[in-house]
Amino acid sequence: MQEKDKTRRKVLIGLTSAVGLSGIPFAATPFIAAWNPSAKAKAAGAAVKLDVSKMQFGQQIQVAWRKQPVFIVRHTKESLASLDLSVPKLADPNSDLIEEPYKGLNPSRSKNPEYSVFSGVCTHLGCAPKYFPEVEPKPWDATWNGGFFCPCHGSMFDIVGRVFKGVPASTNLLVPPHMFDGSILTIGEDREL
Amino acid sequence: MTEIAGKLFSWLNTRLPIVNTFERHLSKHPVPSKVNFWYLFGALAAVTLIIQIVTGIWLIMPYSNTEEQAFSSIEYIMRDVDYGWVIRYMHTTGASLFFAVVYLHMFRGLLYGSYQKPKELVWIFGCTIYLAMMAEGFLGYVLPYGQMSYWGAQVIISLFGAIPYIGESLELWVRGDYYISGITVSRFFALHVVALPLVLIALVFLHLVALHEVGAGNPEGVDIEEFLDDDGVPLDSVPFFPYKVLNALVAIGVFMTVFSIIMFFFPEGGGYFIEMANFEEANPLVTPDHIAPVWYYAPFYTMLRAIPDPLGGLIVMAAGVAIFFVVPWLDRSKVASIRYKGIYSKIAITLFGVSFLTLGYLGTVGVTEVRKIMSVVCTVIYFAYFLLMPIYTKYETTKEVPDRL
Repeated sequence: MQEKDKTRRKVLIGLTSAVGLSGIPFAATPFIAAWNPSAKAKAAGAAVKLDVSKMQFGQQIQVAWRKQPVFIVRHTKESLASLDLSVPKLADPNSDLIEEPYKGLNPSRSKNPEYSVFSGVCTHLGCAPKYFPEVEPKPWDATWNGGFFCPCHGSMFDIVGRVFKGVPASTNLLVPPHMFDGSILTIGEDREL
Repeated sequence: MTEIAGKLFSWLNTRLPIVNTFERHLSKHPVPSKVNFWYLFGALAAVTLIIQIVTGIWLIMPYSNTEEQAFSSIEYIMRDVDYGWVIRYMHTTGASLFFAVVYLHMFRGLLYGSYQKPKELVWIFGCTIYLAMMAEGFLGYVLPYGQMSYWGAQVIISLFGAIPYIGESLELWVRGDYYISGITVSRFFALHVVALPLVLIALVFLHLVALHEVGAGNPEGVDIEEFLDDDGVPLDSVPFFPYKVLNALVAIGVFMTVFSIIMFFFPEGGGYFIEMANFEEANPLVTPDHIAPVWYYAPFYTMLRAIPDPLGGLIVMAAGVAIFFVVPWLDRSKVASIRYKGIYSKIAITLFGVSFLTLGYLGTVGVTEVRKIMSVVCTVIYFAYFLLMPIYTKYETTKEVPDRL
């Protein structure tokens, strides 16, 4: 074979391979995309709505959004006023370590100062912390001011879900996107975000 | 009659290399004439793989891979399918014992230098098999959709979340849902029963082909190819069939006895083979009090927990597995076997063994301050064994290896 033919052959092989290889991402797309959440899964994970006007002051309820617990607390005036008391105990009082959707809006971390809405999944290993609203000495904290205590590994959070210092969890409970339409709370969607 | 059989056989043999393959890989394949019990675990691993494949096929038939039915289909297998319980327990016992024999098989490799030139590829294929097994075991553990399936998977999938930038979307992509749902279970099912078994079988094939190309080792680290008889067969060898096969059959008999005792009398293995929490259906809203991996992942789980940062933990854990791949290039010793290596190698492998077992124990129990320190110390020893290997194997006095076995 002549030298010229060899070069031609190389060019042709190169071009054919390049065209062939460029098909790989296209061929791979359906296989990768098929692992994304399906339309059905997305629909099942859509926002949940509930009326929170029937909640008692100081009451905490749990709703499931995307099968994960979300805590809603309706605060009393006293408990809101006492929020500053726990600040010295907190690891991240202003939620600087996490992405906080409503940062600085109000002390209860939500869109409505009367309520707090945050994930009930402990940021340590995913257990569900329990609500202890009483202001009284507890086995885990002699100066307990009301808040959440995780029974699994002893992480503590205040009544708006901010984590204490020196506990296994290192970040505050996450606040999901939410909005209030009168007393109707929507969790998982916020048109203003 | 025999004439017809003979004709049929020769018809077959001219179309399929039956005699050739039998002679090359069995009746004329030379293996070292003197080995010890450490050299039996490869055969036991092969037997266990076959048990897992056969019982696995039978379990697919009654199993249902949906969120609503996965857990109850396991109960159905246990209670309503004739002998379903024994097939399932054969599979769960097989999983644990597969890891047990593979760990012993790997330790044999470290003891007798079974990775040294020219067996590097045999070793690398073996490490890849181990990696595939870890993935296979994890995927399989999720399928019953019990509490430990759910929360174990939650912890493992959260590890992807520790990867910077893409972590969170990667988590969502792996699950295919916002939590570990039926969607996740059914894709894990596909991977567990089709994709990874194909990979495993292909890797085992390559492991054996590479092994037969370079020849099996022996506890003396003697190269039997040095002294050949007139036909070019090593003097210190015996044919694989029947010598090695019959020898392995005895080991298989003992292994089957142990297997049956566990399967019939202690299928949960005291909570180590099947964790107690997994007898309860998955509940995304309630975490079990104590999340522990199955025993065979425990050493690496401890490494993960020993590092306070999730990404750092992930990297250390992955490195703990990955480091096995480079062992052939870390060992600079002139000799292969621990019998002829120096005192440093002997101390190192003892410390390594102890630290690995300790890491395993620590991974199955809760965390306390003392245990936390122990985890860090053992993780350091574990890595020191590998990372210091180029030094201590090079600068120690080794004994003279004999010429013959």
